[in-house]
Amino acid sequence: MLWEAIFLQLGYNATLVTIGACFLGIAAGVTGTFLFLRKRSLVSDAISHATLPGVALAFIVMVSLGGDGRNLIGLLLGSALSAGFGLLCVSWLTRQTRLAEDAAIGSVLSVFFGFGIVLLTVIQSMSSGRQAGLEGFLLGSTAGMLWSDAVVIAVGGALTLAVVLVLRRPMGLVAFDPEFAAANGMNVTRIDLTIMALAMAVTVVGLKIVGLILIVAMLIIPPVSARFWTDRTDRVTLLAGITGGVSGYVGAALSAAAPSVPTGPIIVLVSFAIFAVSLFFAPTRGVLAAVLRHLKFQHRVHMRQGLLALAQGQPIYEKLTLRLLLHAGLARADGVPTETGRARAAKALRDEKRWEVVRTDQAFEGAAALYDGLREIETVLTEDQIGEVDRRIGGPQGVVA
Amino acid sequence: MTVELVANQGLPPVADKVENAPLAVRGMTVSYGQKPVVFSVDMTVAEGSMTAIVGPNGAGKSTLLKAALGIVKPLSGQTMVFGQPLPGQRHRIAYVPQRASVDWDFPTRVIDVVLMGLYRELGLLKRVRQPHLDKAMACLERVGMTDFSDRQIGQLSGGQQQRVFLARALAQGADLYLLDEPFAGVDAATEKAIIAVLKGLREEGKTVVAVHHDLATVPEYFDRVFMINTSKIAEGTVAEVFTAENLNKTYGGRLATGQIDQLDLVTG
Repeated sequence: MLWEAIFLQLGYNATLVTIGACFLGIAAGVTGTFLFLRKRSLVSDAISHATLPGVALAFIVMVSLGGDGRNLIGLLLGSALSAGFGLLCVSWLTRQTRLAEDAAIGSVLSVFFGFGIVLLTVIQSMSSGRQAGLEGFLLGSTAGMLWSDAVVIAVGGALTLAVVLVLRRPMGLVAFDPEFAAANGMNVTRIDLTIMALAMAVTVVGLKIVGLILIVAMLIIPPVSARFWTDRTDRVTLLAGITGGVSGYVGAALSAAAPSVPTGPIIVLVSFAIFAVSLFFAPTRGVLAAVLRHLKFQHRVHMRQGLLALAQGQPIYEKLTLRLLLHAGLARADGVPTETGRARAAKALRDEKRWEVVRTDQAFEGAAALYDGLREIETVLTEDQIGEVDRRIGGPQGVVA
Repeated sequence: MTVELVANQGLPPVADKVENAPLAVRGMTVSYGQKPVVFSVDMTVAEGSMTAIVGPNGAGKSTLLKAALGIVKPLSGQTMVFGQPLPGQRHRIAYVPQRASVDWDFPTRVIDVVLMGLYRELGLLKRVRQPHLDKAMACLERVGMTDFSDRQIGQLSGGQQQRVFLARALAQGADLYLLDEPFAGVDAATEKAIIAVLKGLREEGKTVVAVHHDLATVPEYFDRVFMINTSKIAEGTVAEVFTAENLNKTYGGRLATGQIDQLDLVTG
């Protein structure tokens, strides 16, 4: 069943939904990247909750005009209008009042959503409202999706994606350095509004599949996951698009295989799985890599301290140090150095003396700045310079390394 | 004398020069809330000069620069660039913001930051090609950062970050360079490298204006100085206006006399 879903063998409707979700995921991931880079992730939550009253009002208007209240284009237009209004409210509150952005987001989000729920209750009491299925917009509902619905989603997603790609430079620049952007004559406020309007477009397009409560996850989780793997804006954008697309596709396919589960939550869980893998296993930025880096560094410190202690005949109490020396064959279990241990210890002590000379001589100022207790002196001085330092220290010249 | 005045519509003869100044700010007032940070400031930057903007903390040095460029919206005042209104002249200006104003963990590499200086040339759609990369690398070369072009910017030291910002400004190929505290928190080697680049720009006939906080280096680095503490205190060549009297007016006794004595001041 699952494989059939993945390979689009579950019939017409499931195939439509899966492909639509994939498109939506790509558009959401790419658009969300710029929200994330601008540190405005939560704005999308306000936008998405602000769609609800629009959906409900559009339904009421369409029914009262004698039409079919469930027309998707009509409902999406309504949601776009109210989301746009919510967005302007957040933007205005942040810029013109003393409210911080988080407070503005919180108030807009809750007020719009509350109003939307009231309207939904009103619709429930209308004669034609019972079968409207507008609750589906909360968590996404893909049962009975029409070809025309899929086309709306695909075209909307593709248009959004195209606009993002055209505007990627100004949006990226404003996200990184708004002052420089402004000095170059860019209208930072307008570009910010554009970023948010694009997020709004994705939200509106995704209402049918993912629902307004969870669309924020499709905008934000993909770029957050992508950030773990790369240090380049273009690659974060690309990876976020891929992550979003894969989550949408796999999530929709899974939910088609188990039709009683709503699509939105499954898509979010799939993207969370990608996030979790990125968080733990990404090279350099991942948690595991960070832990390993820390352990390796700690071992270097202990090793160095252990060698210096051996050289000066001091007892070693630290268990980790002893274990490391033992493991490297530099000391016995009772802390007595082996032959190699003695040689390495002598070298360490000699290097420490060399550093002492380097750090007291103005002529080596540049090299001295690099001292951190661990750095090999050979990496900052040439052989000739080390020879010069050794002459000043005196004592035996040929230390066995 | 009278004839000359008539020929200049009653303005003194220097007016001609002022009218085409690389940067002329008139009546600039900026306030945060009800308190003006910069009050009715006039500033005229001479072409081919290096000007230091000095003043105590919170005196409006950076704000003046930002308002002149329209980064901060002024309450009143206007900016003329090379005798023209600012909007049509932005391509002749390169701005180096304070290093602390951006998030250095941003996913971008050194070379990408320098390429931002070419965005005007690249527009929205043009692909970055070899000539653009060559140009960006040449700018990194001038600040001694070619070895770092592939690094993520967060891996750089403060001085290196400042050099990258300068390289981005160089890539813009401007005639007027405005820098906000370019020497703040940088190492001595970087300070030397930056000042060498700036002096090189002046030799090419470019104009440099920098917000500067180290009074001791003003005479060595700059030829003109602009002293501000909310309103303008003095403006002119270092030789003329960088005096103990003006410093006292600017810093309002916050400088100990001992500090003033150590400066390389024009005496008399």
